[in-house]
Amino acid sequence: MGKQLLLEHINVPGLARLDVYRANGGYKALEKALKMKPEEVVEEVKKSGLRGRGGAGFPTGMKWSFLAKPEGVPRHLVCNADESEPGTFKDRFLMQHNPHVLVEGMILSSFALGANTSYIYIRGELLYVYHILEKAIAEAYAAGLLGKNILGSGFDLDLYVHPGAGAYICGEETALIESLEGKRGNPRIKPPFPAVSGVWSRPTVVNNVETIAATVPIINMGGEEYAKIGIGKSTGTKLISACGHINKPGVYEIELGLPVEEFIYSEQYCGGIRNGKKLKAVVAGGSSVPILPTELILKTAKGEPRLMSYESLADGGFATGTMLGSGGFIVMDETASVVKNLWNFTRFYHHESCGQCSPCREGTGWMEKVLHRILDGHGKQSDVDLLWDIQSKIDGKTICPLGDAAAWPVASAIRHFRAEFEEYIKNPSSIKDEKHYYNVRNEKAPVA
Amino acid sequence: MPKVTIDGHEIEVPKGTTILQAARMIGPEVAPPAMCYYTKLKTSGGYCRTCIVKVTKGSAQNPNPMPKPVASCRTEVMDGMEVVNFTSPEVLEARKGVVEFLLINHPLDCPVCDQAGECHLQDLGYEHGAAKTRYDFERRTFEKIDIGDKIQLHMTRCILCYRCVKTADQITDGRVHGVINRGDVAEISTYIENAIDNDFSGNVIDVCPVGALTDKTFRFKSRVWFTKPVDAHRHCDKCSGKVRLWFKGSEVLRVTARKDQWGEVEDWICNTCRFDKKQLSDWTVEGPSRIDRHSVISQGHYELAKLKLDTGKKLKELHGGK
Ligand SMILES: Cc1cc2nc3c(=O)[nH]c(=O)nc-3n(C[C@H](O)[C@H](O)[C@H](O)COP(=O)(O)O)c2cc1C
Ligand code: SF4
Ligand code: SF4
Ligand code: SF4
Ligand code: FES
Repeated sequence: MGKQLLLEHINVPGLARLDVYRANGGYKALEKALKMKPEEVVEEVKKSGLRGRGGAGFPTGMKWSFLAKPEGVPRHLVCNADESEPGTFKDRFLMQHNPHVLVEGMILSSFALGANTSYIYIRGELLYVYHILEKAIAEAYAAGLLGKNILGSGFDLDLYVHPGAGAYICGEETALIESLEGKRGNPRIKPPFPAVSGVWSRPTVVNNVETIAATVPIINMGGEEYAKIGIGKSTGTKLISACGHINKPGVYEIELGLPVEEFIYSEQYCGGIRNGKKLKAVVAGGSSVPILPTELILKTAKGEPRLMSYESLADGGFATGTMLGSGGFIVMDETASVVKNLWNFTRFYHHESCGQCSPCREGTGWMEKVLHRILDGHGKQSDVDLLWDIQSKIDGKTICPLGDAAAWPVASAIRHFRAEFEEYIKNPSSIKDEKHYYNVRNEKAPVA
Repeated sequence: MPKVTIDGHEIEVPKGTTILQAARMIGPEVAPPAMCYYTKLKTSGGYCRTCIVKVTKGSAQNPNPMPKPVASCRTEVMDGMEVVNFTSPEVLEARKGVVEFLLINHPLDCPVCDQAGECHLQDLGYEHGAAKTRYDFERRTFEKIDIGDKIQLHMTRCILCYRCVKTADQITDGRVHGVINRGDVAEISTYIENAIDNDFSGNVIDVCPVGALTDKTFRFKSRVWFTKPVDAHRHCDKCSGKVRLWFKGSEVLRVTARKDQWGEVEDWICNTCRFDKKQLSDWTVEGPSRIDRHSVISQGHYELAKLKLDTGKKLKELHGGK
């Protein structure tokens, strides 16, 4: 097992309690940070090479340095805990079992950014985690780790947890901000970016749960030491939520740079494919990233071993590569149907589209209907090209990246598994019983 | 002042001007169609995506092209920026896609729609769309809703341009008008059927680019092309009193705001002028209206559409007659 920075003590009973967390080295990073200057904390994060763990991989230190600092205007740090991308459940796991690492990260990051009021926006369905966080925050207040004059440093911080109402779109940072302000969760049109005008038009940094948690080990060990973990520009460790047809689904902390093959087959991680079956495909970074067939997920098109890193997974662009994304690692064995899985993803994006812009509002539903028709055995030969054309007319033409996220799975499934679509259309009896895969029969089928 | 080039036409514009505004300054031969942007409404635009263009050169300072098409109504020009619109097959193709998306769930029951003849969506489909739709599923429908006794909302025709929402938000007080639900079942709502009881609520009819919000006092009285518009005014203590009267014979069938070349309202008018003053004696007539090209009764309506903006033809030309 590689270095464990966030999950090191995850099996210690009672880690969610402040005393246990502290007994295991908790809040040391905060004590250290509060003795530094805020700029120095930012500098350490820059040196660490940490990149956003929410999906886009934007360098965190750089994001922090873009934060506008007009005189007399409060700034805010918002933690994005809306985690709703199918296949991604690492933030939930971390918050549930180690809430204090997020609270500690929030305090030291707020200190670095000069924010005195910060928010954790948590996915509405995770109400039980909301209560865990509330409890951790109450403990932190009682111990003088939140509130006025934290640990005698003169720094004040109030931290609030705000539950969403169960919309995936509220994970998009500007929709999140609208929702936090009590409005309908529609993404804003950028610019202006949150760094200039975010919550209540004030400069705001939005970071993922894992990103904020990672600042704790970064301050503990120093940015330079952190940067030594990982590979190239993919520094540090990454939480991967692994699911699908593997022997050991779960959340793993890996050092970036781990070979994909090792991650799938090693006993330390996924433990290989279930029931001795063969690997068919992987969606490596949450439902929106391109699906790759076995040959391309284990090795790049150049024949090099594919690694769990931002660069290696993206090698080959969308033609032969994919993205690390949020770290939702979905494994499909030879019994899985790529088309059915795609329909399920597409149904999700259709359902979650906020409906502001025409290509995403109308296109996602159209794609879902076409896929449903194919799976119902009524596909037309022209449907594959139609799907391709619809996704291409959504991709890059929408207000927020949800449109792209809906288009990419369709494009990649057709790119790598076209024959499967064509087979379903030509020969509907080849559409396998899908009971093991999803519970479609319980639902009202879309009109076709 | 920044200089921008659109489809080869250069123009100098004040800082903060959007690409769409700059294109309109050059003229209709380069101006992208706009279904949601509205000059008078703050934060409008960005939704429909019909106005997308390609920025082939970001600015003199940063000459890189922008990687994705941008909404021209929400993108400010930079000095030295170069933009392609009607000269780019990529833009025309993308726009054709947007138009198709706007139409897949649209009823296209123009023969029974009060907007027919002055509908921006009809024009858009005609000028920028494909001849045939590829959508063969059941279309979304909604029940009609009365918003008070003067306005009717027929959501089935709505393209969710948000103009009426912004109008209700920005020019009327006590907002009760918003959007409920999500995605392709999102709908304009007044929580719900709660009349917009406000002196200026009638303006939502004028901003609506389609036949989703219509004037119940005019419903089915006549087709637009049988009516004759004149500009008129009266002394009004609520609004400017500058309106357009739509006559059939000597009867005033409808009162609307005056619209400019782009089909946008010049002055908001109040409900008294719009709904209650339907006698010729209420008004001082100024003379025949200059009609924007979005109305069928405009001289240039079909000619302009055919000559300049037929996407199919344009794409053929650009692909060398293929
Ligand atoms: C539709 C959509 C959903 C998103 N959901 C999440 C989410 O649940 N959690 C998250 O951290 N980022 C999410 N993002 C990315 C955020 O917009 C934002 O980039 C991220 O929170 C930045 O944090 P980071 O820099 O720490 O990665 C989402 C983006 C989109 C377009
Ligand atoms: S891309 Fe989809 S989710 Fe994003 S703003 Fe447009 S309609 Fe809403
Ligand atoms: S809104 Fe326009 S396109 Fe739609 S039915 Fe009415 S006239 Fe036709
Ligand atoms: S009702 Fe009309 S103005 Fe309102 S959003 Fe729909 S199309 Fe736009
Ligand atoms: S007019 Fe620009 S997006 Fe609608």
